[in-house]
Amino acid sequence: MKLTVLYFAWLRERIAEPREEVETEAATVGALVEELRARGPRHAAAFADMGAVRVALDQDLATMDAPLAGVREVAFFPPMTGG
Amino acid sequence: MAVRVEHAPFDYGREAAAFERAAARAGAGAVVTFCGIVRDRPGGGLDCMEIEHYPGMTERALAGIEAEARHRWALSAALIVHRYGPMAPGETIMMVATAAPHRADAFQAAEFLMDYLKSRAPFWKKETGAGQAQWVAARDEDEAALSRWGDKAAPRPEGDAGKS
Repeated sequence: MKLTVLYFAWLRERIAEPREEVETEAATVGALVEELRARGPRHAAAFADMGAVRVALDQDLATMDAPLAGVREVAFFPPMTGG
Repeated sequence: MAVRVEHAPFDYGREAAAFERAAARAGAGAVVTFCGIVRDRPGGGLDCMEIEHYPGMTERALAGIEAEARHRWALSAALIVHRYGPMAPGETIMMVATAAPHRADAFQAAEFLMDYLKSRAPFWKKETGAGQAQWVAARDEDEAALSRWGDKAAPRPEGDAGKS
């Protein structure tokens, strides 16, 4: 399946791209993260501390074990600091 | 009933006054307003605060939080305005306003909106000062503030035991 992967805040800075199109068969967010990590040192650095990474699937907050079936947009970002 | 995510500065006093007049016409007896301001560092030195957000999800998350507040309390009206982009110390970042027949609902709903939008709406703050830029870390207190509302509305997205 084809996914749009978005990065925000320091994840965007570490990867040096705000978005990328990814072809993957990963079943879950966690499996996708493993694939992304293997893309190179920038991705590995961005996903080094998963305790500091949040994920949204099609713009809803989700967890790392969430399935990717039917999802089109995956976003990774640090804990939010609004207000 | 309104959520606005925008770049341009807004006039908090004018927004609050317009909200109050509309709420009065709608029969409300109580209005609570809150605004957040870019705070300088102790002793100064903050040049800029930049807020990044996730267009699309931001509006969706804020609308969801507002809908939950309206479900929990008897609100006549609610407003959330949140800016993004670069701001200087002293500038208004955001505001919430709630109106209800009685004050308890308006106060509680305003606190609920603030607690949720701090930790569940996709905004990220970056501070620049003394030639250095730094992302603002999420505070455990902000996460803990959500627990008093029960966690059904927005469970913690990752089980990382308070690490942030």
